[in-house]
Amino acid sequence: MKKNLLVVLILALVLVLSACGSAPAAEAPAEEMPAEEMPAEEMPAEEMPAEEMAEAFKVAIIMPSSITDLAFSQSMYDALLAVQAEMGGEAAMEIVYSEGMFVVDDAAAAIRDYASEGYNLVIAHGSQYGSSLQEIAPDFPTTSFAWGTTLNTFSDEGITNVFAYEANSQEGGYVNGVVAASLSEAGVIGVVGPIEAGDAALYVKGFVAGATATNPDVDVKVSWIGSFSDVALASESANTHIAAGADVLTGTAQMVVGAIGVAEENGVLWFGTQASQTSLAPDIVVANQVYDWKVALDQMLANIENGVYGGEAYTITLANSGLVMDYNGAYDLPEDVKAAADAAVAGIIDGSIVIPVE
Amino acid sequence: MNEIFSATVIIGVLSSGIRLATPYLYAAIGETFGQRSGVLNLGVEGQMLLGAFASFYVALTTGSLVYGLLIAMLVGALMGLAMAYVTVNLHAEQGISGIGFYLFGLGMSELLFKMLLGTVETVKGFSVVPIPFLSQIPVLGEIFFQQNILVYIAFLLVPVAWFVLNKTTLGLKIRSVGENPEAADSLGVSVARIRYFTIILGGTLSGLAGASMSIALLNVFQQNMTSGLGFIAVALVYFGAWRPWGVLAGALLFSMVNSLQLWMQVLNVPIPSDIAVMLPYLLTIIVLVATVSRVRSPAALTKPFDRGD
Amino acid sequence: MRSRLNSLFDALMPVFATLAALAVGTVMLLILRVNPGEAYGALWEGAFGSTNAVAETLVKATPLLLVGLGICIAFRASVINIGGEGQMIIGGILATQVGLTFTDLPGWVVIIMAMFAGFLGGAIWGGIPGFLKAYFRVNEILSTVMMNAIAVQLMNFLLRGPMIDPAQAEKASKIPQTARLLEAFRLPRLAPTRLHIGFLIALGLAIIVYVLLWRTTLGYRIRAVGQNPHASRYGGIRVRRRIVTALLLSGAFAGLAGAIQVYGVNYRMITDGSASGFTGAAGFNGIVAALFGQLHPIGTIPASIFFGALLVGANKMQRVVQIPSALITALNGLVVVFVVSSEFWRKQRQRQRLSDNNKEENPPQDGDISAPSAEEVLTS
Repeated sequence: MKKNLLVVLILALVLVLSACGSAPAAEAPAEEMPAEEMPAEEMPAEEMPAEEMAEAFKVAIIMPSSITDLAFSQSMYDALLAVQAEMGGEAAMEIVYSEGMFVVDDAAAAIRDYASEGYNLVIAHGSQYGSSLQEIAPDFPTTSFAWGTTLNTFSDEGITNVFAYEANSQEGGYVNGVVAASLSEAGVIGVVGPIEAGDAALYVKGFVAGATATNPDVDVKVSWIGSFSDVALASESANTHIAAGADVLTGTAQMVVGAIGVAEENGVLWFGTQASQTSLAPDIVVANQVYDWKVALDQMLANIENGVYGGEAYTITLANSGLVMDYNGAYDLPEDVKAAADAAVAGIIDGSIVIPVE
Repeated sequence: MNEIFSATVIIGVLSSGIRLATPYLYAAIGETFGQRSGVLNLGVEGQMLLGAFASFYVALTTGSLVYGLLIAMLVGALMGLAMAYVTVNLHAEQGISGIGFYLFGLGMSELLFKMLLGTVETVKGFSVVPIPFLSQIPVLGEIFFQQNILVYIAFLLVPVAWFVLNKTTLGLKIRSVGENPEAADSLGVSVARIRYFTIILGGTLSGLAGASMSIALLNVFQQNMTSGLGFIAVALVYFGAWRPWGVLAGALLFSMVNSLQLWMQVLNVPIPSDIAVMLPYLLTIIVLVATVSRVRSPAALTKPFDRGD
Repeated sequence: MRSRLNSLFDALMPVFATLAALAVGTVMLLILRVNPGEAYGALWEGAFGSTNAVAETLVKATPLLLVGLGICIAFRASVINIGGEGQMIIGGILATQVGLTFTDLPGWVVIIMAMFAGFLGGAIWGGIPGFLKAYFRVNEILSTVMMNAIAVQLMNFLLRGPMIDPAQAEKASKIPQTARLLEAFRLPRLAPTRLHIGFLIALGLAIIVYVLLWRTTLGYRIRAVGQNPHASRYGGIRVRRRIVTALLLSGAFAGLAGAIQVYGVNYRMITDGSASGFTGAAGFNGIVAALFGQLHPIGTIPASIFFGALLVGANKMQRVVQIPSALITALNGLVVVFVVSSEFWRKQRQRQRLSDNNKEENPPQDGDISAPSAEEVLTS
C-alpha cells in the first residue's frame, strides 16, 4: 500500500511540475491570441496595450445566470457587446463578467472587488443584488454602479453613484398577448412562469391583459413552477397546458427552454420574452419581446462622461426602443394579426393603452 | 373544483406522472443496486448531468439517438468506475465522495456545454411510439402506451431489477455483500467485484436517466437542468425501502402529485403556487409516515450503509 | 522526532490532495487556454492576498463551520443530516422576523433574540426529521431532502406575500425580499471589512460542541448511540430520544448559521427562488467541511476556513482570468474527491505505524466514518 501512495504522490508532483513548466509556454500564445484568432466576445483582453490603456472604459457585470441563457443575463451581455462595438471595440471598452453569481454574498464580494480594481461601471444585473450595492457604493464614490431590475437608485439614502434600470416587460407581454389571443383557435392559452415576482410577474400581467383585451372569452391559464432552473417541471407544465386544451403557450425565465421543446413537439405556438428564442424552435415561435438594454447603457455612459455617477433610473420601453418586438420571419403571421399587434404597440407608446400592473 | 375529477384531468395527471417518473426510475433503480450492495452514491445528479449532456451533444452532432444513448451509458459508467475506485479501493467516505462527484458532474457538464455548444439548442429526440393495439385501449392506452421508448424501458427495468435482485445468484451476492460483507467474503464472494458492478451499473443507469431527459422528454440541454432531481431519486430509494417495486411506487407518487399540482394551478384551484409546488415533497413524507408504521417489512430495512468491519 | 514528522505529514495530507486536484485542474485550464500560474495566483490572492481577502474567507467560513458543527453532532449519533439548506432558511426567516417585529428594542437585545430564533428555527426543521426517524422510521436522508425543497417554497411564499418589504409591495416589480433590518441590529464588525462577530460566535461554539460531545453525559450518550446502538440501549440510553436530540441540535446550528447570514452579511432575507441563493450551498459544503475536519468540532475550524478560502478564491479566479464558473465547480468537486480519498493513505500510515509497534497483522479494513445506522435497533 505504501507503493500506492508513493505512485500517487509522484504523479501529483509530476503534474504540478509540468504545470509550472508549461505555464510560461502557455503564456506566449495567450498574448498573441487576441490579435489573431480569438473572437472578441469570448475573451475580453486582460491586458491592454499600454498606449490604449488610458482611454479604455472598464465595465464589469455580475449576473445570476450565464451569458448564454437566451434570457435575462444574455440580454444585458449582448447589449454590452453592442455598445462596445459601437465605441470602437476592446480598445475603447473593456468588459469583464462574473456569471452564475446566484449566491448573493458571492456577488457582493465580486462587486466590491471590481470596484476596488478601478472599474468605471459595475453592473449588478439582478434584483437580489440591491442590498449589496447599498452597502458598497458609498465606499467608491467615483465608481458608477448600476442595478436592475428596479427603479431604486438609493438616492433617498443619500447615495449618488447608483443607476437603476428596469424593463417594462408588461408592454411586450401585452403585445404578445394580443397576438396570442388572435391566433388561438381553442381560446385557451398557457403560461409557464418561475416564481410570481419581479420581471416575470410583470410580463405575465401584461400578457394576460393583452390577451383578454383582444378576446374577453380567452382563457389564459398561468402556472408558476417555483424554480428558475427546473427544466423538467417547466416542460411538464407545458404538457399540462396542452392537455388542458391550450394551443398557444408563453413563458418567461431561463428554464422555459424545456417548455419550448414541448411546444415544438406538439405543434403549439410559442411566444418568447427577454431574448429571442426563435432559434430554439423556428417553426412555432411567433414573436419575442427582446430586451435591448443599450438604450439604458448609452444614457448611463453619457452621464458618466459628464461626471454624473448615478442617481438616475432608466426604463426600457417600447417607446424608447429598449423593448423590441421581434417577429419570426419564418412564421406566416396573418396581416390582420400583425396590424393588431402594431396597433397595440402604437397604443402603448401614445398612452392610449394603459396596462394595469398593480 | 369538480373539473379536477374529469377524465381529461385524470388521464393528464397519470400520463404526465409517468413521464415525470421516468428519470427518477432510472436513477433510483441504479441507486437501489448500489445501496443493496452497501454503497450510498450521492453523485447521481452529477452522473445524470454528464449523461444528459453527452447524449445530447452526440445526438446533435451525429444525428443518431442510439449513439446518444450509448455515450450516456458510457459516461455514466466511467463516473461509476471512478466512484467505485474511490469508495471500494480507497475506502473513501461514500456520502462525501458522492457530493464531490456531483459537483464535478455539475461543473463539467456546464463547461463542456459552453465549450462545445455555447448556446441552448434543441434536438430531435425520441418521439412517442404508440404500442400497437394496447394504445387503442380507451383511457389506459392513452396513459400508458403512448409514450416514448425510454419511458417503456424505464418501467420494464422495475421487474427486471426485482428479478435480478431476488431471483438470481447475482442478486443474492449483491444482497449478501450489502448485509454482511464478511460472511459473503468468507463464502468466496468478492465484495469488491460486486460493488464495482453495482456502482458502475448505477452510473450507467444514471447516465440513461440524464439521456431520458435531454434526448427523449425535453430534447434540450441546459446547465444544471436536473436541478435536484438526482437527490430526489436517492431519497426515493429510501421511500421504496430498497425494493424496485417500492421505488416505483415512490417515483409514481412523487411524480403524480407533482403533475396534480400543475393541474391544480391550471384549473385555478385557489392556493398559492408555492404551496402547490410543495405538495409532492410534503406528501412523500406523509405517505411514508403513514405506511411504514403499518407495513412491517424486515427486508426493507436492511443496512444499506453497513459496509461492515 | 520521527513521529512528529509523521503526524505533520498526516495533517498535511489534505493539502497534498488539494494540490493533486489542482494539478488536474491545470490540464483543464490549459485546454481553456488560460495561464494556470495566473489562475492559481488569483485564487491565492482572492483567498489570502489582503486583509480584505482574509476577511472574506472567514465570512464564507462562518456558515460552513456552524453547519459543520451540527454535522459533527449528527454523525456522532450516526444520523446523516443533509437538510442544512432548509434549516438555514428557516433559521434565517425566523431571525429576520424578530428583527422586523421588535424595532423598538435595543440592538443587542434584538440580536440575541434573533440568534435564538435562528437556533430555534433550525431546531424545528432538524427536529422534525429526527422525530420522524425515531418514531416512524422515516429515513433522514429522504426527509431532509424533501424538507429542503419545502423550506425553499415556504421562503418564496413568505417573501412574496406576508413578509414582503412594504416598499416592494407598492411597486409593480415586487422583488421578493423583506424590509432591511435596522442598522442597530447588525452584527458588529471586527475590522473595516465584512468580517463580523459571527465568526467568533462560531469559534466559541466549536469549543462548546467539543466540550458537549466529550465532557458531558449527553455527549457521551449521543456518541454511544452512534457507536453501538444495541449496547447503548441495553445500557439504558434512550436511543430514540438521542436521535431526535442529535438531529435537533444539528439543525439548530444550521439555523443559527442562517440567522448570522442575515444579521452579519445580507441584513435582510431575499430569494432568487432557490436555496443556494441565500445559503451559498453552505448546508452541503458544511458537511464536506465537517468530514475534512475528521468530524471533530475543533478540526472543523481549519477545514471550514480551507473551504471558505477555496470558494472565495475561486470566485476571484473567475474574475481575473474570465473562465466559466463551471470550471470552478468541477474543480471543487475534484478537490472533495481527492481529499476524501487521501484519508486512505493517512489511515494506512497510522495502521502501518501501529503494526510496526505491535508487530501484528492488521488487515485493511473499512475505516470510514459512516457507521451502521441506529435504524437496526429501531427495527429490531
